[in-house]
Amino acid sequence: MPFILRRLGFYVVAAWVALTVNFFLPRAVPGNAVEAIMSKFPSLQPSAYHALEAMLGVGQAGSIWHQYVSYLDDVLHLNFGISSSEYPAHVSTLLAQTIPWTLALVGTATVIAFFLGTVLGILAGWRHGGWLERLLPALMFLQAIPYFFLALLLLYVLAINVHIFPIGQGYAGGLVPGWHWSFISSAIVHSLLPAFTIVITSVAGWMLQMRNVMITTIGEDYVLAAQAKGLRDRRVIFSYAARNALLPQLQGFGLALGFVVSGAIVMEIVFSYPGIGLLLLNAVTSDDYPLAQAIFLVITFAVLLANLIVDLVIVAVDPRARTREAA
Amino acid sequence: MTTALPINVELPALPGAPARQLGRWRRLPLKAKAGVVLLGFFVLIAIIGPLVTPYNPGYQNPNPALSMNAPSAAHLLGTTQSGQDVLSQLLVGIRLTLELALLVGVIATALSVIVGVAAAFLGGIWDELLSLAINVFLVIPALPLLIVLLGYLPYTGQTATILVLAGLGWPWGARVIRAQTLTIRNRDFIAASRESGESSWRIIASEIVPNEVSLIAANFVNTVLYAIGASVALAFVGVTNLSSWSLGTMLYWAESQQALQFGAWWWFVPPGLAVALMGTSLVLLNTGIDELGNPRLRDANQRAKVNGRRLLPTDPTPVLHASLPPERRSPVIAFMRSFSRSAYVSDRAQRLSAAKPSEGER
Repeated sequence: MPFILRRLGFYVVAAWVALTVNFFLPRAVPGNAVEAIMSKFPSLQPSAYHALEAMLGVGQAGSIWHQYVSYLDDVLHLNFGISSSEYPAHVSTLLAQTIPWTLALVGTATVIAFFLGTVLGILAGWRHGGWLERLLPALMFLQAIPYFFLALLLLYVLAINVHIFPIGQGYAGGLVPGWHWSFISSAIVHSLLPAFTIVITSVAGWMLQMRNVMITTIGEDYVLAAQAKGLRDRRVIFSYAARNALLPQLQGFGLALGFVVSGAIVMEIVFSYPGIGLLLLNAVTSDDYPLAQAIFLVITFAVLLANLIVDLVIVAVDPRARTREAA
Repeated sequence: MTTALPINVELPALPGAPARQLGRWRRLPLKAKAGVVLLGFFVLIAIIGPLVTPYNPGYQNPNPALSMNAPSAAHLLGTTQSGQDVLSQLLVGIRLTLELALLVGVIATALSVIVGVAAAFLGGIWDELLSLAINVFLVIPALPLLIVLLGYLPYTGQTATILVLAGLGWPWGARVIRAQTLTIRNRDFIAASRESGESSWRIIASEIVPNEVSLIAANFVNTVLYAIGASVALAFVGVTNLSSWSLGTMLYWAESQQALQFGAWWWFVPPGLAVALMGTSLVLLNTGIDELGNPRLRDANQRAKVNGRRLLPTDPTPVLHASLPPERRSPVIAFMRSFSRSAYVSDRAQRLSAAKPSEGER
């Protein structure tokens, strides 16, 4: 079976596991979730009881199997129910409002960090023992810092003490989101510090990983042969050593993506950035389970999709992946 | 896999043991040593810290003058908004965070050893199924799932957090241990013990697992690192038990009571720094363990010194010289040139041909 088909099958299984965990979570909780929510929000009309029941799947008609099938059907149609914290907004509407923010910020910053880290790792691995190596302890420190703590520090220094950057939020207050310059420029200025935080904290990981693979690759005979042929350094580095060292790095990218995205969504909370992370926090603090679950699903699916793209890239650059069976 | 292990090594009580131990310590990579010392420092704080707290960490001093005070002699790290002593909270918090992380590390490592060894040893359909489970849980992002899970649990005490963190923290280790077990499984000594009629349990317990000790140790360190990061992030989001004092809950209260906006750096910097330093010590430790197994990864301090000249480990065919270059380049040019290997070599070759034959290379 071709590599990519096997991987596709794997992602379908992973998606199914996530969906199933999501389905059984509220049903495994002891006690009546609907009662709990109703007592928490006295302002809810009694008529909301049935809506809540439907959302949480408590007291639903039919067998558990029947519920499961209709749940899968709902998810397929992007119908995640109604949010209880921002009643009566649909969960899918809330998601549609926040996903573009997170995708633009976390996506761009992660790609930048990956490329920057990989290039730095190539250089550090090539001139092993050179000046870049002296940065290693500092990089390890950066790698160990929680994203949100660095976000707090940067916000404190650069936005509160020195007013270079705005304090949190996605855009200046009073602006109406839309495709006009004043809003777009404000959004860009507000995203600089969060993006910088993501790049700084995740670049170290990519760099260390690439450096280690690069050092091992440089020891290979074909690199020595290329040098002995008298090829130019740039050609030896990028066409011989880095090209081969990139494959483990790409695989690592897929695996580490979940961590990076998780860190980034917590960081959004610090910046009050109007993305999916802040929405998740609001959902959890106001016990809005349908919303929290939908966010978990969306994040998981995004990571799975990114992994699939990474696999396609691997197939494109690695001829072995096209012929061998998936490991 | 018989490399010297930096942690938990019990040497036999031979007469020369202390000297040998010292030698072993000296041979450790610098990074591992720094990691051990730093981690030891935090373990020490975790043990004696809660015994020497100047105040009760939860005590809210009603004196309004003590609200969000900068560090002073009475409160070495200042006070929170409600007059609580930050230093006391920090000392208690380090113990709680470390305790939780170590427990998660033990449970999750045990799980990954069980799953990894079982998958590789049983083989066949079991291997397929367990590998699938490992890979699925690797690819599902843990933190959002943790947040949702803990949000649903009615009692979000310490135990729940530990169990949930451990329950999602095992796949990384299981993957590595499975791969290692697969290679060990086919070695001759396993075949020999199987031929001599030993039971599977005995082979696993006394042949396979002891051969993976360094791998398991590295995995344990990684898991503790993950547990510290995840538990602090979860507490910061506010889904764990907020009535106990951990580093994460300190950060949660600092953020929710606007320490940032009031400029109370002494409130959020110490706990964050403690987390970062604990993490650094673990990363250093792990890099040190890696370097023990793979000498190529060692950094500039491990370069060989030949004839007074430092050799980079990656130079495939180093050209040795009797003396260092006499003139010093400007740092900028040296920096630019440092990326170019051919410039480096040709430079030396030029100088070599310019020098007198008697001073040249042997």
